[in-house]
Order: sequence, then C-alpha cells, then structure tokens
Amino acid sequence: MLAFITRRFLFMFVVVFGVSVLIFSILMTFSPERRAAVYVRSPQQAQNLPQLVESLGLNDPFYIQYFRWVKELTHFNLGYSVVAARPVWDAFKSFLPVTLELNLYSVPIMIIVGIWLGTISGIYHDTYIDHITRIFAIIFWSLPTFLFALILLMIFYGYFEVFSPGIISDAYSVYIHDNPDKYTQYTHLLTIDGILNGRFDIAWDAAKHLFLPVVTQVMVIIALLLRVMRSSMIEETSKDYIMTARAKGADKKTINFKHARKNALIPVVTVAGWLAAFSMSGSIEVEVIFTRQGLGWWLANAAIQLDIPVIMAMCMFMGIIIVTANLAVDILYAYIDPRIRLS
Amino acid sequence: MEKKTHPRLKEFKYTLYRIFRNPSAIIGFTLLIFFTGVAVFAPYIAPPKYAHDPYIMPHKGFSPTPKPPTKEHIFGTTSGQYDIFYGAVWGTRTAFKIGIFVVFFATVIGVSVGVISGYVGGIVDEIIMRIVDIIFAIPTVVLAMAIVVAFGRGLDKVMIALSLVLWRNYVRVMRSGILTLREMDYVQAARVMGVSNIKIMIKHIIPNAIYPVMVMAFMDIGSMVIVAAFMAFLGLGAPRGYADWGQMISLARNYIVGPAEDPLRYWYTIIIPGGCIVLFVLAWNLIGDALRDAFDPKIRRK
Repeated sequence: MLAFITRRFLFMFVVVFGVSVLIFSILMTFSPERRAAVYVRSPQQAQNLPQLVESLGLNDPFYIQYFRWVKELTHFNLGYSVVAARPVWDAFKSFLPVTLELNLYSVPIMIIVGIWLGTISGIYHDTYIDHITRIFAIIFWSLPTFLFALILLMIFYGYFEVFSPGIISDAYSVYIHDNPDKYTQYTHLLTIDGILNGRFDIAWDAAKHLFLPVVTQVMVIIALLLRVMRSSMIEETSKDYIMTARAKGADKKTINFKHARKNALIPVVTVAGWLAAFSMSGSIEVEVIFTRQGLGWWLANAAIQLDIPVIMAMCMFMGIIIVTANLAVDILYAYIDPRIRLS
Repeated sequence: MEKKTHPRLKEFKYTLYRIFRNPSAIIGFTLLIFFTGVAVFAPYIAPPKYAHDPYIMPHKGFSPTPKPPTKEHIFGTTSGQYDIFYGAVWGTRTAFKIGIFVVFFATVIGVSVGVISGYVGGIVDEIIMRIVDIIFAIPTVVLAMAIVVAFGRGLDKVMIALSLVLWRNYVRVMRSGILTLREMDYVQAARVMGVSNIKIMIKHIIPNAIYPVMVMAFMDIGSMVIVAAFMAFLGLGAPRGYADWGQMISLARNYIVGPAEDPLRYWYTIIIPGGCIVLFVLAWNLIGDALRDAFDPKIRRK
C-alpha cells in the first residue's frame, strides 16, 4: 500500500512536469516578437522590439527558455500579468480566495445532493421519481453553464432585483479596504471573515452575492454525480447479496441505505477527479458571468488579451489540483474498498 | 423453410428495436431530424443576403439596442441589429459543423492511438498512456483556450483545438475495451484456430470495442457545441457577425437586464439562441443515452 502511494506520488510530479512542457510548447508557437510585445509599456520600447527579444532571450532554443522559466518558478516569479497589472504570483494570491469561496460552498452541496438524488433515483428505479430526476439530469447536462448563469441573472437580478453580480457591495468593499485595523482579513474568504469580525452584515452581503453562482455550479455539475450514483445503485441493488437480504426479510431501509448505498458509493469516488476538473472549468464560466474576480475570471480575460504568463500559470495550477484530486481518489479508493487494499 | 438471418443483422435489428422502444430516443431523433432539416434547407428558410458568405448575419444599421420581433424580423434583432431568425437558422449549420468535425477527428485520432496502444502494448502503450494522463490533467476548456490563444482566434481554430483535446477520452476507452476483449474466450478460440493477429483485431476486437466509443462520441457532439459556444461567447471564436449561437448570446450580453419599467424586455436576444443550443445538445444527449442502454450488454436482454 505504501509502495503504491509512493509510486502514485512520484507519478504526480511526472504529470505536472508533463503539463508544464505541454503548455510551454503550445505557447512557444507564438513568434518571439509577439511574446515580447507583452512586456512593452511605451512607444520607445515598441521600437526596440528586437533588442527586447534579445534581452529577454526569447530567441533561445526551447529547452533553455524552458529551464529559465522553471528557475524563475522556484523563486515564485511567474512573470507579469497584463490583465491584473501585477506580477502573476501576487495576482494569484489575491484571486484565489474568491474561487476558493465559491467552491467551498458549491462542492459539498453538489456531493451531498447529487448522491442523495442518485440514491433515490436508483432505489425507485423506473418510477416517476426516477423519471423526473433523469429528465432533470439530462436537461441540466445539456444546459451550458454560462447560459444558465445569464438566465438566473436575468430573472433574479433583472426582474426580482434580489441578487446582484460581483463579490460584495461597493460600500462594504470600500470599508474593508479602508479599515484594516477594524476588519482583519483572516482567511480572505468574505463570508468567514465577516463572521470572525462579528460583522454579520458583511457576511450576509457576501453570502447573497454567492447564492446564484453556487446554485449555477451545483445544478450543472450535479447531473454528472447523479447519473453515476444512479447507475451504480441500480447495479448494486440487483446483486445476489441484496436479493438474499430481501429474502431473509431484512428491513428495506437497512438494505437500501446500509448495504447497497455503501457499496454503490465506491464507483462514485472515482468521478471525484472529474468533479475537480468540472468545478475548475465551471468556475471560469460562473466567474465570467457574475463578474466575480477570481481565478476563472482572470484566466478567461488572460485568454482574450493574450496574457501568456497567466495561461501558463493557471494550467499548472489546474494540473496540480486535478492530479492531487486523482491521487486522493486512489488512496481513498483503497481505503474504502478492502478488496483493493488487501490484494 | 425460414431463411436464417445473419447473427450480426439480427443483433442490429434487436438494437434498433431497443433504441426505438425508448421514449428519450424518439424525442432525441425527432429533434435531430428537425435540426438536420433546418441545416439542410437553411438557404430556403433564411435566404442569404451576402452571396459570398451566407454565414454572415445580415444587419440593418448598427444600433446596439435590440429590437423586438416584427413581421420582417420574426425573432427580432439583437445588439448590432443582426437578425436573430437568420442567426438561429444558419447557426444550426455552424453547430453541426463544430460538433461533427470535432468529434469525427477526435474519434479517428483517439481510436487509432487506442488500438495501437492496446495492440502493441509494452513500452509504447506505457508512453502513450502517460501522455494521455498528462493531457487529462488540464480541463477541456482550459487546454482548448490555450491552443486557440496560440493558434489565433477563429471558428476553425476552435474546432482544431477541441479535436486536439478530445481525442484523449477515446484512447482510454478504446484501449481498455481492447485489453478486456483480448482475454475473452472467443478471441482465444480464434487464436487457437490460427487466425492471424491482425485479422482478430479487425474482425473480432475493434467492432466490439467501438460501441462505448460511439456512445461517448454522440454525447460529446453536444458537449463540444457547449464548449465552443462558451469560447465564442468569450470572443475566441468566429468573427463578429458570424451566425453562431454562442456569439449571439455574447452580443446580447449587455441586454440581459432591460430598462427599469420592463426588466425582461430583451428576453428574446438570450432565450432564442440559448434555446437552440439547449435543444441541439439535448438531442445528442438523449440519443447517446438511448444508445448506451441499447448497447450495454448488462441490461440489454433484461
């Protein structure tokens, strides 16, 4: 077991290295002049473009440029982001909490509700409850995240005027910025900081801004979990040991929720890697529509404005998150299923 | 005497029977036939104004405020006075182009790489699968965005980028299918009988391993249209004015909230192109769902 984890852990580094080489080579297809243009701040500099290319070493062979990038990476120097008008690492630190806060609420909700709905759908297989959840799942699976977000904004922001886009109201945002002595940013998560500072109005305001983004992300991604859980539950309840338990006259609740669901959960764990990937890309769409300035918003704008260092850094970040999620899945999988652990 | 049908044909008939017994397949195929009709007869439904490129939406004036449906523009006009009806009709062709091109190329690459990986095995298999693992570590949208940024904007670039990302999915499915089937008794039997390896591969393994890939491909046509729509929404796709549902939504983006007295005034600018995307994707997903039920040997004969 330890050997298995060590091997997977080492492999994680291989994948992250591979991701960096892959993205680096994709972005190397830019001409050196275009990559240098990112650093241009004044007309004089634009005239000296060839010298700039030379001084930044953008004409060097691939591996030299790659190793220079890795060397800078070890000093947390990831380049300069034009979109954020700050170094990439600084911008990353300020954008991270926004994305983290969104996923902190949406991921647990979608896991709990997805598994619950999938279980119900699987138990009442082929009844109207199952049909309704299936229709729900397939419709949301066909609904683009950004479109659903726009429709929600249209209804709740436009028509009912209850929720608005953004992270927090301007007045509170100014207050937080101007009063570092009265309002300490412990975690940089607005809802949690608000409560820790005793400012429940700030926490409530932040929660109101979070509501629609969380709903969007949960609804769209829940469909995936629901489907996997449903089919796994159906498969499990048609197995012989469940039949035996039924024949013995065991309590239906015990059979469904104790025997079947526990085993049905095993395949669901494997989609956690997918879940991480979907939450990442879901965050991009949600943040763009609700103008929440987080990592996803940053990446989308970087793609529009050809902010190359940001794309590079974000691909690395997402690669690390997804690979870590997969590693966690492998370990968890072995932990919950003794058949794998002992073989 | 009753004529014996070929077993493959018999199975195929049974598959068709299973598919069309499923109500979701019927809805899916109906929607698909409708969209195919719209795409095929687009020049008759919405006669193009610019002969050189029918995909460019005609527009009268440049006013950014959308105008409600009239007799002339039955779905109204969106920001920039582009005709929504025209965009919806020709956008169907764009959606088919995106979905089918991307999934076709991705399956061709994915299946061939998967077959090589599963058939050759050893170090080749190891290298291919590790490369696939690396590509899997980046979400589809993000990797596609990076490739589009590198290649430059445009609908064709988006399609190439998505095919270059999507093939990874099919490699894994194809390879695992081949590995399972290789150990099956009927394949062993064929081997004992002296059938050549290549013939076993082409006649016995690939035709059976391809079903899960087909189901995935149908579902992916829908999801690729969604991803492409988001990229068009960001402005990474086709140039402004091109009939593309994602772009039509992005044109209307600033009009999701109307004036204070009538906040839902411009609903048609979002709901019409958005509805087209949802129904189009739904069609492929419903068909994919029905195909999965029909092909899955575990529930096929129940």
